[in-house]
Amino acid sequence: MTQSSHAFPMIRTGGVDGLLVSFGDRLSEPANRAALAFRAAIEAEGWDGVEETSSTLVSCFVRFDPLHLPHDVLQSKVNTLLKHRNWFDAALPEGRRFWSIPTVYGSDLAPQLAQAAMAAGMSEAEAETSLSNARVRVQALGFSPGQPYLGELPEAWDIPRQSQLTDRVPKGALVVAIRQFVLFGVSAPTGWQHVGQTAINLFQPDADDPILLRPGDEVQFTATDAGSLNNMRGDPNGGATYETLK
Amino acid sequence: MSAQLTILRAGPSMTLQDMGRPGHLALGLSCGGASDRLALAEGAALLGQPTDTLALEMAALGGEFQASEDTRIALTGAPMRVTIDGETVVWNASHRLPAGARLTIGAATAGCYGYLHVGGGFAPDPFLGAGSAHLSAGIGALLQDGEALAIGTDKGRETNRVIDIEDRFQGGEVRLTPSFQTHLFGKAELGRLQSEPLHRAARANRMGVALIPDGGGYHIEGGRNVVSEIVLPGDIQVTGDGTPFVLMVECQTTGGYPRIGTVLPCDLPRVAQAPAGAELRFRFVDLEEAVELEHADAQRRAELGKHCRPLIRDPHLMRDLLSYNLIGGMVAGNEDIEGI
Repeated sequence: MTQSSHAFPMIRTGGVDGLLVSFGDRLSEPANRAALAFRAAIEAEGWDGVEETSSTLVSCFVRFDPLHLPHDVLQSKVNTLLKHRNWFDAALPEGRRFWSIPTVYGSDLAPQLAQAAMAAGMSEAEAETSLSNARVRVQALGFSPGQPYLGELPEAWDIPRQSQLTDRVPKGALVVAIRQFVLFGVSAPTGWQHVGQTAINLFQPDADDPILLRPGDEVQFTATDAGSLNNMRGDPNGGATYETLK
Repeated sequence: MSAQLTILRAGPSMTLQDMGRPGHLALGLSCGGASDRLALAEGAALLGQPTDTLALEMAALGGEFQASEDTRIALTGAPMRVTIDGETVVWNASHRLPAGARLTIGAATAGCYGYLHVGGGFAPDPFLGAGSAHLSAGIGALLQDGEALAIGTDKGRETNRVIDIEDRFQGGEVRLTPSFQTHLFGKAELGRLQSEPLHRAARANRMGVALIPDGGGYHIEGGRNVVSEIVLPGDIQVTGDGTPFVLMVECQTTGGYPRIGTVLPCDLPRVAQAPAGAELRFRFVDLEEAVELEHADAQRRAELGKHCRPLIRDPHLMRDLLSYNLIGGMVAGNEDIEGI
């Protein structure tokens, strides 16, 4: 990235009703913090015609009604807001937590550990140690409800997505690519490699707060065995625990 | 007790759908809702109720139904074979379904998604502001044999109206605007997308529709390492092997495969309704034209009521005029003029 590049922040349109403000073309901590903070700032502005906002890894997305808020008007408002400050040195959100999520690495529960380890130039045992010791941060929620993208993993994990989608990974699957984890909230097809399995329910529709993890939270996927994981399946959080970060 | 519609026999992929639940992208929840929103609006216009009324969406195949009380119904979207107590009735029209009569909806004769609407709508069990099922997010479920669906209070009276519709059930032209990664595709690939026919593959559901390009997969340099970014319904995602997928109403909210373009919301029903093998032709329009097209579409949807007219029954469809009248309970013969 990018921070030094004149190209960012970059504004792009998507579809007829979407505007994306990107703070980088690859994941970095400053770009991620900028995206979270800029989204909060747009929400606080409360512009007429903005229908919703969200943040992704390095971008803030604005969905709006172009019949009532013309593209050029929104772009000029966004440009003015961008100039208010240096968004790359924005602070992380308040109230962050540090989660420990029990995970079985490899075995028939997570059958792609061996091939992912090979892509990262490690043995299976080294891969498990590397991944279970990594302390990663929730950078964005997306794909399915409450589903986190987490990073950033050591450089060895800069492995590409597969060229063909895996037909289906189960709910709770921990998958890896491009120095990131994704923890699946639902069973879905994916191009990422399935290296671990958890028992967590990221989306609990009947709970007061249906979303478990939030952007900014930190997570360690601690290694456990299949028998212990099975015992944690009765717990909606799948044995995951957290402490609040000061 | 309020009126109910009992599902005597459910097709393999039936769900309740409305306009979905917009506004939850930040949680990772896409809007969802009816695959063919125009069909939802057409049914609402036929019954004179709000567009966001919960209706039953049937993929490829209908089912068999019985109402506990006399109920107004409307049938829209992909035309399907349909009878009430054995008598064929007209699609894209509203009818009176007498209590206890058997409504049988068969296979689609064109298109993919058919809709059964009831006067008063199906009573929602709302979650985050909507009653629609969003199966990929784990909200709601496929409808099953024997389920009894509660029907809301019907304030309308008109039946036997038919709506003139635009045929969108066999593919055709689909207009695009640029997506966030359109610039990553070379001129040659963007030209090819707009000149070659693409055919709808067998693989399609409410999340996405795979396309088969005549000239093979679409190429992008470094396409497997693009940073994951927001996904919009209508985005045409190109996976690593070059297969284009149009992402549909129940799509994921983010994804790392590059998007070559985005289908205009007003053309998305045409993609949803294209049957396997149908030819789709894509054309980019600039943003100004796209906004105008959406504006015109919004106006057309708001005025759908103007396209409804009384249904004049075709005697050839009636096995026996007398028995028809008895079954319909309309011995006064005023059914045809009701609704003028």
